[in-house]
Amino acid sequence: MQAVFTRPKTLKDTPTHFCPGCTHGIAHRIVAEVIDELGISEKTIAIPGVGCCVFLYNYLDIDVLEAPHGRAPACATGMKRANPGRIIFAYQGDGDMAAIGTSEVIHAANRGENITVLYINNTVYGMTGGQMAPTTLLGQHTTTTPYGRNFRNEGYPIRMAEMLATLEGVAYSTRVALHKPKYVMQAKKAVAKAFTMQMNEMGFSMVEMLSTCNTNWRVSPTEAIDKIENEMIPYFPLGVFKERTGKDFL
Amino acid sequence: MGHIVIDSNRCKGCYFCITYCPKQILVISKKHNIQGYFPAELADDKKEQCTACKICALMCPDTAIEVFK
Repeated sequence: MQAVFTRPKTLKDTPTHFCPGCTHGIAHRIVAEVIDELGISEKTIAIPGVGCCVFLYNYLDIDVLEAPHGRAPACATGMKRANPGRIIFAYQGDGDMAAIGTSEVIHAANRGENITVLYINNTVYGMTGGQMAPTTLLGQHTTTTPYGRNFRNEGYPIRMAEMLATLEGVAYSTRVALHKPKYVMQAKKAVAKAFTMQMNEMGFSMVEMLSTCNTNWRVSPTEAIDKIENEMIPYFPLGVFKERTGKDFL
Repeated sequence: MGHIVIDSNRCKGCYFCITYCPKQILVISKKHNIQGYFPAELADDKKEQCTACKICALMCPDTAIEVFK
């Protein structure tokens, strides 16, 4: 018998700290598979933000720089400018990128920095105990919105992929999901495309991944899957919002 | 015919593999693992039906499943 699916080489054999049913582990595996397939494990540097993604250095067998909260795109900018031959990607959650680091990611995208940002959207601050994030859906109960998010008090959920797609420096902006096999395959293709675009010096690439946080949503892992399908995807539609085909910005 | 190997001590019991297995040949084990979760396992009587489609491994957040063909 021949092995057709094994642990990617770049993914270390370490048990993850993620809750049971958190699709974050799938995102890590996708990134490791893409790095293996492109053969870039020796020249890739990951820059995770603060959040559940913070222990990325324990799981991926590549160089990692830890950034302060929200500052991963700024650190990635410096890293890329100092090491233009390296593949640099920032790996951030929604509390990290859409709240604390909004200005960093918007300006890195607007400058057209040749980096990749992987953005995990699970609509809450997962690591700190389920507080409201800018992406929290209207009516969603969190520890800081116990009566449900109300647009009069907290505003509307922010759609980062669409917002960044309006900027000139962005080469690739897409939203994928991680809750069904077909979406996981699409997500892997999107990550591979974002890395390839960076290798071709096309500009800023961003992949938003809709993820579950069943612990802070207070549901079971399988109910969390239904929640993505029925509640998140209607507000955060999947698709490619911008894709540059040539170096037309030069 | 395919075959899967589940690292039962790595399994955290989210049962995505059971939810998505197209042949429905995965079940919840009656014995808990080293972490205290009840892991997924291949049903003894349905082992031969595995087609090595890799969907269980694709959905496993802990990369606990290896697929052979």
